[in-house]
Amino acid sequence: MKNTIAERIADFIKSFPPFDQLSKEDLYAIAKEVNITYLEKDKNVYTEGEAPHDRFYMIHKGAIALKKEINGKLETVDRFDEGDIFGLRPLFAKEHYAITALTEEESILYGVPLATFKPLITQNRDVVDFLIESFASNTENPFSKEMHGSLYDNRLDVVANDKELFELQPVRYTKKVITAKAETKIKHIGRLMKQHRIGSIVIEDDNIPIGIVTDEDLRNKVVTGEHSIENNVSQIMSSPVLCYPKGVSISQAQLTMMKHNVSHLCVTADGTPNSKIIGIISQQDITVMRGSNPTVLMKAIKRSKSTKELRHIRKKIMVLLDGFMEQNIPLTQTSKIIFELNDATVKRIIERCILKMEKQPPVSFAWMSFGSQGRKEQLLHTDQDNGIVFDGVEENELETVRDYFLLLAKKVNKRLNIIGFDFCPADIMAKNPKWCLSLDEWKNQFNQWTSNTGDDEILLSSIFFDFDITYGDASLTNQLSEHIFLITKNNHLFLSKLGASALRSASPLGFFRQFLVEQDGEYKDFFDIKKRAIMPIVDAGRLFALSNQIKNINNTAERFEKMAELFPEDEEFYLSCSYTSKALLKFRTKHGLLHNDDGRFIELAALTKEEKMKLKRCFKTIARVQELIKLKYNINNFM
Amino acid sequence: MLWNFKKKKHPEYWETYLHHFEKKEKTNLDASRFVALDTETTGFDYYVDRILSIGAVSIVGNEITVADAFEIYLEQSHFDPKSVHIHGILQNSKKHQISEEDAIKQFLTYIEDSILIAHHASFDIKMINQALNRMGLPNLKNKVIDTMDLYASTRIKSNFIDKSVRYSLDDIAEAYTINLMDRHTAPGDALIAALIFLKTTTILKKSKSFKLERYFLKSNRF
Repeated sequence: MKNTIAERIADFIKSFPPFDQLSKEDLYAIAKEVNITYLEKDKNVYTEGEAPHDRFYMIHKGAIALKKEINGKLETVDRFDEGDIFGLRPLFAKEHYAITALTEEESILYGVPLATFKPLITQNRDVVDFLIESFASNTENPFSKEMHGSLYDNRLDVVANDKELFELQPVRYTKKVITAKAETKIKHIGRLMKQHRIGSIVIEDDNIPIGIVTDEDLRNKVVTGEHSIENNVSQIMSSPVLCYPKGVSISQAQLTMMKHNVSHLCVTADGTPNSKIIGIISQQDITVMRGSNPTVLMKAIKRSKSTKELRHIRKKIMVLLDGFMEQNIPLTQTSKIIFELNDATVKRIIERCILKMEKQPPVSFAWMSFGSQGRKEQLLHTDQDNGIVFDGVEENELETVRDYFLLLAKKVNKRLNIIGFDFCPADIMAKNPKWCLSLDEWKNQFNQWTSNTGDDEILLSSIFFDFDITYGDASLTNQLSEHIFLITKNNHLFLSKLGASALRSASPLGFFRQFLVEQDGEYKDFFDIKKRAIMPIVDAGRLFALSNQIKNINNTAERFEKMAELFPEDEEFYLSCSYTSKALLKFRTKHGLLHNDDGRFIELAALTKEEKMKLKRCFKTIARVQELIKLKYNINNFM
Repeated sequence: MLWNFKKKKHPEYWETYLHHFEKKEKTNLDASRFVALDTETTGFDYYVDRILSIGAVSIVGNEITVADAFEIYLEQSHFDPKSVHIHGILQNSKKHQISEEDAIKQFLTYIEDSILIAHHASFDIKMINQALNRMGLPNLKNKVIDTMDLYASTRIKSNFIDKSVRYSLDDIAEAYTINLMDRHTAPGDALIAALIFLKTTTILKKSKSFKLERYFLKSNRF
């Protein structure tokens, strides 16, 4: 029987080592025996101490972390990505698994039976050599991309998170080296740097590095007038080049750079300037590897050339956030930095997608983020909530213009999903024609919600009125916010209903002052901090902002600070609200990081006494805000 | 032994197929064999149109066994050039083709008493039932689940989402970033349906009140 699925699997695996060494027939023979497994996030593929399975695994989609208990702490020893293979060595050695393999994201795995794989590879010298050498190098991951082709790499087993061993890890170098010949004109060097957005170019002769020129050389030797841009680059390059073999540790590379006062090292085959160039290490690479510096991450985002690269950067942003939380850096600063990084990521994606459209937008537009992102309160990965507003066009062109933006949005939404912003389950995304509207259509939409207001309209308003521009023409979003204030001003009916909805989430504490927990479902006996604590305070902030015409402030804490300014007699109260909103957000973020989720549900048993007290203080403030809303907006009629 | 005379004599393969359903009480549903399938047809008319190909994969536990995939192409009497651009199957293509009866025979042997899964399942099952009926056989006995229903339950229930919306396989595959390489081939679509099944049930199982039985289609749907 024909097996189309096996053919497709063969197509997939053939691009990755060691399968790239096998014949078409062998690939098909292997593919036919594959099992496809779907695993959600945080599930074990195999567990330390478990007897070996009859198959090893290749990642078709997702990511796997290998974890091992070191000194009583579960440490990540390695990470694998799409196309990587894991769990092979224990099968060959017939040992029990020494390490746990865990899905870091939801994953689709191909299980390849050893019984099929082994006879095929024993006939293939290349694969066997590769295997022996990889095993000898003592890595669990013989075929990860970094390892591909590297035979004597003495990579350590512990990856980036472990700060102590970090310094000893080999530097990850850039493999795509941009080079030029000695007789290249200086102006061409400048253009090359601009084109590739890089700060250095290696000058080679027959692939042997003979010099290096950096932007600093251009600044010091050309801009000063010493050399003309028509001269050959050989006149300004530094020579000889500092070379190292690959596998040089981070600390060694860094020390060399400091000692010689240079910002780049060349990686060559044997570590001398007499062998072939295989890569380049820049100071930038090292700082990016540390992943602890927002400015470096920002640069990396702006230079990124693929969605995959952005996805890696996003992971580093999470490490950064983790560090901020650990060091107890004030949340206001933390959220601003994380917001800027997220924002830059989305901007970069939109930029790249516009290029991919191969046609400039027909009219000006703005990409809006709604909800928590719009309020700059999104620290962890959460769903995407976004939309597009575009400038008014003639009736007969409207749909053509909308089609352009829908297509653009489709691309952007898809890539955001890839880097970790889940699709919105309620379809509030720009690729939905309902939320890809012209300025006038948005205004009409808002008019409808505020004039004919039911429960749904209130819910929609509470999502859409907190928008923030992420990309594009700010005059469009400004007009839209002006409009919102125009139609809500003195619209007491709407404001009252909005107030009533702010009270709908019942107080988080029960009659006996115990926490109200979820009654059913996956999160039974957990506390829903979003629904019961964050939403009431956010709703209250929005209500106050709208009714007091506080413009251009979307952040809940800042809204309350503004209220404190406007009503000095209640300053203390509003400031406590501001504090509460920050504290709750921090709570959620901490728990999200701890459990690697969105932090919405909190396990009460895991809270310390101090944390519980802190939460209860927050709830007191919420109760006071709700009392105030009841009085001010004459809510009783609507309850 | 009066009933023996009244009973219509069915071919042996049908009896063998029926025999699978006589097994002892069903144990845990999680341990059952599921078969995700898709049919490509000459069109959408149950009476005029015919099945061009059937593709299927089996799921046991959380695993799809590629070696246990099913894929057949049928000889064609009826042919509608209008649908060729969708499924890409020409009347006399080079793929090995078998008669409708052989196809059904192989299919019954393959599915046994497994629970069938398909996207917009009632269409595929109805097409297969029509083929069975043409051969003088009754409808399929298997339980059937529509992945559309599973997916719809994972969506947020809210008034501003159109409840009547029908999610296409493409919509869902896109939402779940499943590769669409083999769209519109029966085995490709069957695999996508299988992945959607695994993913949606994983999500739905988190609720204690989830019961897969609730998603069995009523037999009057096909």
